Amino acid sequence: MKTQYQKAWFFVLPVLLLVAFNALIPMMTVVNYSVQETFGNNLFFWEGLGWFEKLLHSERFHAALGRQFLFTGLILAIEVPLGIIIALSMPRSGFWVPVCLVTMALPMLIPWNVVGAMWNIFTLPDIGLLGYLMNTTLGIDYDMTQNPFAAWATIITMDVWHWTSLVVLLSYAGLVSIPDAYYQAAKIDGASSWAVFRYIQLPKMKQVLTIAILLRFMDSFNIYTEVFVLTGGGPGNSTTLLSIDLVKIALGQFDLGPAAAMSLIYFAITLLVSWLFYTLMTKDDT
Amino acid sequence: MAKITLSKLRHSYYPNPEKPDDYALKEIDLDWEDGGAYALLGPSGCGKSTLLNIISGLLDPSEGRILFDDQDVTHLPPDQRNIAQVFQFPVIYDTMTVFNNLAFPLRNRGVDEVTVKARVAEIAQMLELGDMLHTRAAGLSPDNKQKISMGRGLVRKDVNVVMFDEPLTVIDPHLKWKLRSKLKELHQKVRATMIYVTHDQTEALTFADQVVVMNDGEIVQIGTPVELFERPAHTFVGHFIGSPGMNVLPCDVSQGSAFFNGHMIPLEGNITKSKTGKTEIGIRPEHISLGDHGLKAVICKVSDVGRHNVVEAMIGDTAIKVVVNGAVPAQGEAIHLSFDPAKTRLYRDGWIATQAKGATP
Repeated sequence: MKTQYQKAWFFVLPVLLLVAFNALIPMMTVVNYSVQETFGNNLFFWEGLGWFEKLLHSERFHAALGRQFLFTGLILAIEVPLGIIIALSMPRSGFWVPVCLVTMALPMLIPWNVVGAMWNIFTLPDIGLLGYLMNTTLGIDYDMTQNPFAAWATIITMDVWHWTSLVVLLSYAGLVSIPDAYYQAAKIDGASSWAVFRYIQLPKMKQVLTIAILLRFMDSFNIYTEVFVLTGGGPGNSTTLLSIDLVKIALGQFDLGPAAAMSLIYFAITLLVSWLFYTLMTKDDT
Repeated sequence: MAKITLSKLRHSYYPNPEKPDDYALKEIDLDWEDGGAYALLGPSGCGKSTLLNIISGLLDPSEGRILFDDQDVTHLPPDQRNIAQVFQFPVIYDTMTVFNNLAFPLRNRGVDEVTVKARVAEIAQMLELGDMLHTRAAGLSPDNKQKISMGRGLVRKDVNVVMFDEPLTVIDPHLKWKLRSKLKELHQKVRATMIYVTHDQTEALTFADQVVVMNDGEIVQIGTPVELFERPAHTFVGHFIGSPGMNVLPCDVSQGSAFFNGHMIPLEGNITKSKTGKTEIGIRPEHISLGDHGLKAVICKVSDVGRHNVVEAMIGDTAIKVVVNGAVPAQGEAIHLSFDPAKTRLYRDGWIATQAKGATP
């Protein structure tokens, strides 16, 4: 059939322009860098897919990617169950509701670099409150500037402290939307509290949890500031996550070509995992 | 199966109730016979859901006892009372299939799978859910969801009582009628005691053998639909049941007779002796006729409701509704109204105060 309303294009145009300047054009410059080599002076040499090939075979990249997945995996494994448990134990009505909600929201209001700085000062073994107490009073050998395990424990704890609230608040929103009749019916049906969680609360929280996990995945997979301020990627390379490595390559070594190729792969992984997860989680929604 | 006895039941949502108004339920004494179909009828906020939740064990009453046969169940939790409750909004377990939904109460009680299968198949067939047993319950229409929540109650053997809390609220009008007759049919089949809570008189009167009318935390009358219509024990019942409701006219009583607007009104029987109180005459619009003699009135409104006309006439400043079959007078016309004495009653402070026809004084 012949298209009759060509005018419709005019209505789409503003969005098209917005998306172009907001996403497509900046991204194309990255694509442009990723297939060329430059030594400054605005001189470019065609490189084809060479950077991509090298990067995918680079041990450094594999290590950073591995650390990134480990970090994201760990914080999701802690924050999601913990968030659900906290949400379940929060009161549903009364005086304590706003108190709990505001307390929960507080960490999320603090800027990333401040969080990093706070935890840095807090955990320094010589002057930090936590670092000092652990080493002297408790006698635990804890130094996140020297020991990779301590550094990992610190960045994980920091992220859990900063972002578990997001899971809590979203889960709580899902929980309070469950009508009382569901709990009453479950009581009459003789359901155990595990069955109530498994068949009423969890299904009702599924949609908000999907969003919560998606947001936490994207944010933690792209995390930069907090970890950079806290450990600077060290000790050694032990906490050099993908984003930190990327900045090192792009701004430290000024290798724009490899950095651009890495950005694109990074972006593709984030997009692919998010898409896969969302599609799987929503596939049997009616 | 059991007879349910409510004894001196009171409930308040306040921790320290003092005034009678603090009580959502004011002293309920009631027997529900085994296998009866009851309706609990009353306006929103009259305490009917509170009463239901006390019977099911979701609420602990402030005072009084509940007996199932002779067993005191006042403080037993809901799952030990062997009762079923269907809520206003269908409650189903979204992630389960219809089969698993129906099997859930049995599996929670550790019933073996063979029995579960047999029971679920039986109940599904009864409720006409047989061909959707293996679909997910989440996508079904509200009437089927409501059938599932009913089924979860019925699937247990020997359920003591099935309670319905305004179950047709979210059902499409054309399916309401269907589901209602299904309920009635179900009652005849399983013979379990059923209590149906509603504020809709049509639902109550079509479902129940006995209707319990509640108002303001009290039971005002218990009776068959016919009794409630023919001889309301309280002006509230007269007003709440019937469309339009009973006419309630202010009157004076002197020397054993009632006078309305200066005219003596003959009543069904003698006025009971009692202290003074506010007296009123109650007469249903169906029991008044237009004629050549009787009380003078002026027609102020005529509405055609389909089967008949409802005429509103004024006597002094009191409006009286009359149901008229056939020819209707024009607006503004002066007419005479005559009351059927056998259906005309006196109410004192709301409660009936005439003796029934034929009753000995």
